[in-house]
Amino acid sequence: MNVAVAKTGSGRAVSDLFASAEGRLPGSPDVIAARREAFESYERLGLPHRRIEEWKYTDLRALVGEVLPLAAAPDAAALKRAADAVKAHAIAGACKLVLVDGVFAADLSDVKALASEVSLKALREMLDKDAGLLKTASTDAVIALNAALATDGVVLSIADGAQLSAPVQIIHVATAASASAFTRSRVAVGKGARATIIESFVAAGAKAYQVNDAVIVAIGDDADVAHIRLMDDAPDAVNVTSQFVTVGANTKLNFFNMTTGAAVSRLQGFITFSGEGSELAVNGVNLLKKTEHGDTTLVVDHAVPNCVSRETFRAVIDDRAHSVFQGRIIVRPDAQKTDGKMMTRALLLSDEAEADNKPELEIFADDVSCGHGATAGALDDSLLFYLKARGLPEKQAQALLIQAFVGEAIEQIADDGLREHVIGIAERWLEQRS
Amino acid sequence: MALLEVKDLKVRVEEREILHGLSLTVNEGEVHAIMGPNGSGKSTLSHVIAGKPGYEVTDGQILFKGEDLLEMEPDERAAKGVFLAFQYPVEIPGVATMTFLRTALNAQRKARGESEYSTPDFLKKVREVSKSLNIPQDMLKRGVNVGFSGGEKKRNEVLQMALFEPSLCILDEMDSGLDIDALRIAADGVNALRSPGRAMVVITHYQRLLNYIVPDFVHVMSKGRVVKSGGKDLALELEASGYTQFEDAA
Repeated sequence: MNVAVAKTGSGRAVSDLFASAEGRLPGSPDVIAARREAFESYERLGLPHRRIEEWKYTDLRALVGEVLPLAAAPDAAALKRAADAVKAHAIAGACKLVLVDGVFAADLSDVKALASEVSLKALREMLDKDAGLLKTASTDAVIALNAALATDGVVLSIADGAQLSAPVQIIHVATAASASAFTRSRVAVGKGARATIIESFVAAGAKAYQVNDAVIVAIGDDADVAHIRLMDDAPDAVNVTSQFVTVGANTKLNFFNMTTGAAVSRLQGFITFSGEGSELAVNGVNLLKKTEHGDTTLVVDHAVPNCVSRETFRAVIDDRAHSVFQGRIIVRPDAQKTDGKMMTRALLLSDEAEADNKPELEIFADDVSCGHGATAGALDDSLLFYLKARGLPEKQAQALLIQAFVGEAIEQIADDGLREHVIGIAERWLEQRS
Repeated sequence: MALLEVKDLKVRVEEREILHGLSLTVNEGEVHAIMGPNGSGKSTLSHVIAGKPGYEVTDGQILFKGEDLLEMEPDERAAKGVFLAFQYPVEIPGVATMTFLRTALNAQRKARGESEYSTPDFLKKVREVSKSLNIPQDMLKRGVNVGFSGGEKKRNEVLQMALFEPSLCILDEMDSGLDIDALRIAADGVNALRSPGRAMVVITHYQRLLNYIVPDFVHVMSKGRVVKSGGKDLALELEASGYTQFEDAA
């Protein structure tokens, strides 16, 4: 086969990326062969660009240009910096599992505090035993790249019937500047289990780093799961995260994502109902400023009948920032009595702010209730004047209205402490803009 | 001393002049009623005093405690003691009334260089005031004015007036949309706030409100000017004869 060597903007050959990383990638020769195959598939596709429909509004070739070399495994100094960042971002009462520059850091994690019904392994220990860890039903280039280069992650298994009182918080810390971290994790939640999973993305002083994370979540029947993601990266970082979630029967999943950082970010979530009678709530908030680009792309697949999905998305866009929401609801031919709705609203705080909303309904069943709505607009002048007439300076009046605007999504977080933590992050964002 | 001095005020909205040289002086402790037919410029006057955007002052001035009010942002005016009770108080979903009240009160205090209220002190103060106005506590937990009846919205305005303790209260068509019982409760709240240091400007189309809030002075506005001023009896006279005579006079 005759393959032209693809060059990146800096002239570095794309294939060098794999060659230079290969020595650090865990896995048996078979796993490495599977990785090479995934990398070749990435090489053929290259970074996604605007002519690929799913990436129309987030052209990674234009926005990111090239994938940075793999970050070195963290040394003692990096772990020290990471420990400080973990302290600052840890949620009270949660069991922390920390990944530093793409490597699981057992010493910074609360491994011993995990409930006995939770089994935890690092991805690097599991690859040889479970070849499926690197496989997903996706042909997306960034996911192929993740399979090729994932250095580590957590493999969590929550036993049937476990009722976890403490949330599990996976914290991704970046300490290495101008380098990339590839992580892949899997969370399996057993039948009848109840759990709260939090994922946080933070920087420990690192600049211009790139994150490519993939998470596979499999939730059994009769479970009750809250899954909260906080993408609070450095302002010049890149974070592309892919989530594959399957939801069993009679299960409740409350999924929440908030993006408050990163020059370029994308959360792509693929959520599939695999059992009947389940309820899914997906709530998202983008808080974007300067020239940040934040993309939330969700595909909710009603593959079976009698499930309910609700998507509520709020974007607050300041300066020249750009928010993208793509929501697709698929209702398969057998999925009668599906109830799927999504509502997305964008608040534009400047004339140059941009919001793209793309709702899509693909309905193949005839007895369903589906709908979507999208709005974009500025703050209401009459509300602003009322608040100012009561003594609130302009910025404070705006902040109060913005909090109310995103509150509708944040309020869906049931746990009081967790909700307060998320509100705290949003408040910090608001303070930084005034 | 003169608390509010409006001197020869001319105001345009877009290309149309609404106030054509209006003058009004309000001293501390006085209650003035401004009456007039629809479109006479009553609400425009209240909006310009509070600083609502969209009005262009082409001539004249407004002094508040001797300071140029028109140079100030709406929030600065509020902190100085100007309070506008809205004709149609807005609903603000997602902002709890308590949060709003505390944020506003503390913003005003901060602007004046006063210490901010602690949460317990604030709660105590709100409880006292809301009790006297017959405002149930659960109303305070709801979003600002969300789902409130007309009477509840006006009572919420009076509650704010009582909390913020302004020196000038402008009541814009406070009686609109209220039944007689709701009107009485709101008016009782206002009357309780009358004091030698505080002035009120009561803007109304109907004399009815003035049975409950009895003014010291009554001004009749027509076509953007004050065309007649007098004592409280002027309101009764108007009730009998209507506004038509003044429309010709203007």
